Parts: sequence; structure tokens; C-alpha cells
Amino acid sequence: MESLELIRDRILSALPQAQLEIVPNGSANNPASLRVDAAHALAVAQFLRDDPALRLDYASNVTGIDCPDVVKPEKVKITREYQGQSIEVEETVQTKIPGYFEVVYHLYSMALKHGPLVLRQRTGNRSDQIEVASLTPIYRGAEFQEREVYDLFGVRFQGHRDLRRLLMWEGFQDFPMRKDYVEPDDYEYEPTPHNEVLDKTRRHYPPEVNHG
Amino acid sequence: MAVDEALRDELRRQGIVTIQLETLYNWGRKNSLWPLGFGLACCAIEMIAASMARFDLSRFGAEVFRPSPRQADLMIVAGTVTKKMAPQVVRLFNQMPEPKYVIAMGACAISGGPFKQGYNVLKGIDRYIPVDVHIPGCPPRPEALIHGLMLLQRKIAGQKLTGPDRPSHLRADENGEFPVPAFGAHDLEPAQNQSVWQPPKLVREPV
Repeated sequence: MESLELIRDRILSALPQAQLEIVPNGSANNPASLRVDAAHALAVAQFLRDDPALRLDYASNVTGIDCPDVVKPEKVKITREYQGQSIEVEETVQTKIPGYFEVVYHLYSMALKHGPLVLRQRTGNRSDQIEVASLTPIYRGAEFQEREVYDLFGVRFQGHRDLRRLLMWEGFQDFPMRKDYVEPDDYEYEPTPHNEVLDKTRRHYPPEVNHG
Repeated sequence: MAVDEALRDELRRQGIVTIQLETLYNWGRKNSLWPLGFGLACCAIEMIAASMARFDLSRFGAEVFRPSPRQADLMIVAGTVTKKMAPQVVRLFNQMPEPKYVIAMGACAISGGPFKQGYNVLKGIDRYIPVDVHIPGCPPRPEALIHGLMLLQRKIAGQKLTGPDRPSHLRADENGEFPVPAFGAHDLEPAQNQSVWQPPKLVREPV
């Protein structure tokens, strides 16, 4: 398969409005991925499938990523008026980096026997801009996997013809794979070295019980 | 009530067998356990293996896997009970006629097993229905299932038909219906049937 930079340039020559970004990966074989904006994702997917040199006709895997909001403390030097003279003060400013969800598609070509090309879409934030474009008009087999991403992450796929929960029941309100998911408190003691479980033990049993 | 030993031996020599009705009744019941034919996960494969020729569950009279809960009197909960599946399992158990028994087969059916800390797996079917025999293992071998079945047979053979310790299906005040949990916004509601299961009490002796 062609290099990702070449693919990106060829997509851009065919679809000049598309916003593409190559997301590097630090591991040894560098499986870099191509991030595409939701507005052009469908057109880019169609290009990738129909281009005679690529013919990526098979979406083998669709999955989601949750990046929560990060609050980053940063030290900034500010000049302040103090008793008639200006002095320089160091202050800590909390910078909030908004989180996002990403949907990752692994595309292969059955016809030309190459791949994968990793395609990503990113949502605007984690609360109200959680729409991405569904690629089911191009890759019909992604239908259930996009439903699973919707079920577990709460990402809404625009253009999906049957966006319902897949694994959890209708009426379930949480999205269990989100990092801020709080599981129901149906605790039961079990002997384990995991700190999270031992913390639960302390919450559920009186302090006079020795937890070892 | 019981026949004198010497008299019984004398009668047997004459070709007359005397036996208590209770023993005969339980003997018949324990050797014709009909399990409900359903499996939930990989334990079901071991259950199928146990019923086939090599392990041959039919030696114990339990090979007639029924496709209908109305004809079954043993429920082998073989596999992971997800929270989405739990109401259906309880409903099937309610549809079985009395007397009915439950074998929880494998770590998942007992406690949730390796998925115990997960969000979608019930932490043991004994939160909703009374379990007679727990078979540990992941999955248990067919021999373990046969052993569990034999334990259940021993339990059935020891059941009294009259008296204060008779089983629940012979009591008029117990209807054998267990409430089916509903799908809630965050979990099954209720999360457990309090009359069947209470959280274990953690008491440690000071060392």
C-alpha cells in the first residue's frame, strides 16, 4: 500500500475541502492513522473504497476511544501593581483541555490484499457535540460495530439507519466504556489484591473489620 | 412406621419387597431429572459433552434435555448470566413446574466469575433464584457436572414428603414464583431478591 502521506495528498487533490491529519504512533512499526473531519468522512471513505490503487473494501474493526477533559496547571508570570510599584508574580493558571471521543476504523483491501489503513473521526467534545458520520453507507458491515460504539461510548453516528443499543438494554442510561462511568454499587466481597476492590470493601463494611 | 428389619428380610426371602412410599417416590424422581435444554456460554459445551456418548449423562436418567420449561424439572445454568439475560432466566425458572431444582454450573453462574467486576454481568444467578448445587470450574469438566448431578440426586433422595422440614414445593404457603427483575436506568431492579440472597457477612476473627 502507498504511504499515508501519499494517500492523504491524493485524497486532498480529489476532495480539497477535507480536513485530514496524520496521527503518528510512537511504536516500532509506526501504525500511523489518518484523522478526518466528520463532514467529509463519508466522501473520504468512498474515495478509499473506490480508488483503484487502494480499494479498501473491508472495515474489519470499528472501535472507540475516550479522552476525558484534562485540567493542566500552568505557571504564568503576571505583572501586578503592588504598593505603587509593579512587580512580577508567578501564578498557576488551570488550563482546561476539552476531551473528545474518537472512532477508529481499520480498513483492509480484500481485492488487493493490503491494509490496514487506520481512519479516525473525532467528536467536538464529550457532552453535546458527540456526532460523527456513520460509514455504514460505504461499509455495511460496520453497522453493528458502530451500534456497539454508540452503546458503550455514547457517540452518535449521523446517517446510521438503525442506531440502537446493541449489548445493553433499551432504557439503560449510562455508557459503560466512558472513563467517568460509575458502575452500580452491587458490591460483594471477594479476596483480591486490587486496590479499587479493597477500597470498596472499606466503604461497605464497618471499620472494625480488619481488611488485612 | 418403619418395618422391622428381620420381618423385611423374611418378606424379601418370600419374594415380597417392602419399601417406604417416600423412598420409592424419591428414587423415581432422582433418576428421571429432565434438564431444561439451554446454555448461556462455554459451560454449555461441557454440558453438551456430558450428555453425549463419552460421558453419558443418561446413565443417571438426566439425558432428556427438554426444549420447554413446562416439561423440565432441572435448570442447569451453564454459563455467564448477563444482566440482559437474567430476567429471561428467572422467567424460565418460574415457568418450570414444581418440584424444580437449579444447578449453577461454572464460575460465572456462581459469582460472575472472571467478569465479576464488569458492568453487564450478574454476580451469580443465586441473587434471583435458589440454587441447589454450585459446580465451580471455568468451565467444569463433564465429570464435575456428573458429580454435581449426583449430589443433587442425593439431596432429592433425602427429601421428606411430610413433616416440618419438607421441601418448599410441598408447602401450600410458598408459590415457587420468583420476581423477575426489570431493566432499570443503571442496573437491574431490584439488584437481588432479598428472600433468596443476602450479601455475605464479612467477619474476621482477631488474630
